[in-house]
Amino acid sequence: MAEVTTDARGLVKRRLGLRLWLSGGWLLILTLAAVFAPLLSPHDPLSQDLLGGRIPPMFFHGADPAYPLGTDSLGRDVLARLLYGGRIALIVALVAGLATCVIGSTLGLIAGYFRGWPDMVISRLIDIWMAFPPVLFAILLIAVIGPGLTSIILAIVVIDWTRFARVVRAEAMAQGAMDYVASAQVAGRTRVGTMLAEILPNVLPTVIALLTLEMGIAVIVEAILSFVNLSISTDDPTWGGMISEGRTSVYQAWWVLVFPLVCLFLTVLSFSQLGEGLKDRFDPVLR
Amino acid sequence: MTDRPFLDIEHLTARLKGSGTPLLRSVDLAVPAGSVHGLVGESGAGKSMIGKAILGILPRSVEVATGAIRLDGTDLQSLPSAERRTRVGALTALIPQDPLTALNPSRRIGPQITDRLVDILRWDRARATDRARQLLDEVQLPDPDRILRSYPHELSGGQRQRILIAAAFAAEPRLIIADEPTTALDVTVQKQILRLIREMQERHGTAMLFVTHDLGVVSKVCQSLSVLYAGKIVESARVEDFFRAPAHAYSRALLAASPRYTDPDGSLMPVPEEVMQAVRAEVAAFDEGRAANV
Repeated sequence: MAEVTTDARGLVKRRLGLRLWLSGGWLLILTLAAVFAPLLSPHDPLSQDLLGGRIPPMFFHGADPAYPLGTDSLGRDVLARLLYGGRIALIVALVAGLATCVIGSTLGLIAGYFRGWPDMVISRLIDIWMAFPPVLFAILLIAVIGPGLTSIILAIVVIDWTRFARVVRAEAMAQGAMDYVASAQVAGRTRVGTMLAEILPNVLPTVIALLTLEMGIAVIVEAILSFVNLSISTDDPTWGGMISEGRTSVYQAWWVLVFPLVCLFLTVLSFSQLGEGLKDRFDPVLR
Repeated sequence: MTDRPFLDIEHLTARLKGSGTPLLRSVDLAVPAGSVHGLVGESGAGKSMIGKAILGILPRSVEVATGAIRLDGTDLQSLPSAERRTRVGALTALIPQDPLTALNPSRRIGPQITDRLVDILRWDRARATDRARQLLDEVQLPDPDRILRSYPHELSGGQRQRILIAAAFAAEPRLIIADEPTTALDVTVQKQILRLIREMQERHGTAMLFVTHDLGVVSKVCQSLSVLYAGKIVESARVEDFFRAPAHAYSRALLAASPRYTDPDGSLMPVPEEVMQAVRAEVAAFDEGRAANV
């Protein structure tokens, strides 16, 4: 006799979903490419060849098979620069994203759960912080501490921690009002214990979605700063720097502009979609 | 009197911080070990507030001004907060009103039942899980192993309330505060849950403070009750005496206002205006009397 399921609520399986596969796939490719850049790239991203400038990419008239994505106006290999640029983009995304997430979420969690004076202090800090124009803030910061990878990461953290703090604070406040928090307290949990064991797991899906979003934003900010020449040294390959250079010769060599632009677009999109997909998949509250 | 009540509240006064608006007005309450005491009153009368004051989960905007809350003879108000927390955790438990928000949505049911056994009684996981299985059996939930592994959203409201009852009895508390445990449930489920609470209470011999606005429920579950108005107890009585002849005019009006199953077509009786005025005047006189004494 076949078994009859009388209550299937526990059996609902959520599919991984196409967007999780696509976005995860692109980011995996990007990660592998960044890690193995020295092995994959056929040329040194910095070596110039003024006689071999503006070679078009594959399948176009005048293409050189040694340079599958062509070369820029200084004769540097676009593929090699893309790969090494991806490295910097990923490092910035990971380090800046995580640091922003940890700092912002911690402050938000404390403000939202403890309320009272910690909330007063943190909330006013957020208000004041958000009154500064962020890009100007970043430019000012880099002007003071000098350009470089560390300054970019620092600038992103300093600008964006409020994003996490605000959202996590609101979420922690909503969760803090739930009966299960009162029950935990009656069961003898300390305030800090309640915050970590009861509240944190419930804000985590939101934090993860925000984190991936923030990684995308970090990539964009890095590109913007490179675009205005405030990133690392102009010689080093970054996607923003490539876009900036490609812009000047877009009529003669469109590929120098288009390839980093496409990479940037796909990466930022993938990060945000990955976040949404993960939230759908792992948030037990969403159905 | 040798039969000391397990829960003994004396002159408990609570007020809003800042404005000082009184919320509980010198509440006296005694619940003997193993007995069920009902706490009735309209919304905002302070029923739940008393429960929260005992458990130490008052909103931060409320402060206890004076009074003693004695559990088994020890005044909780005089204990340092860490000691108070472990004492309350070991001796009491809460059956909350809304089963939908009373379980942590991102944790499995199992640890939510065994938390207190592990954290306060220092049981090992395996023993606590055995106990949880046995409790789920006691609250008549089939397939306990599956339920222990489930997340709250996979279960119905009635199932969740049964789980909360199981969790409340898990550490064999001496006192359970049931804060309108059936209000959020469907009427047919309400009856089953009520019967279950009663059975569990009798089997475990736990004292209970039963907060409700339903006098019908009080008559079925409680041995004694207190009627609360504006944070002041207007009448405390044994259930038989109360339903035979309520002493206070407000209690009488409240009883008359309850809908009766025997007369489904009868119109609902509101509490008469003169009774409301009288009870308000009584509370006002109490406040003035206090002010004069200070």
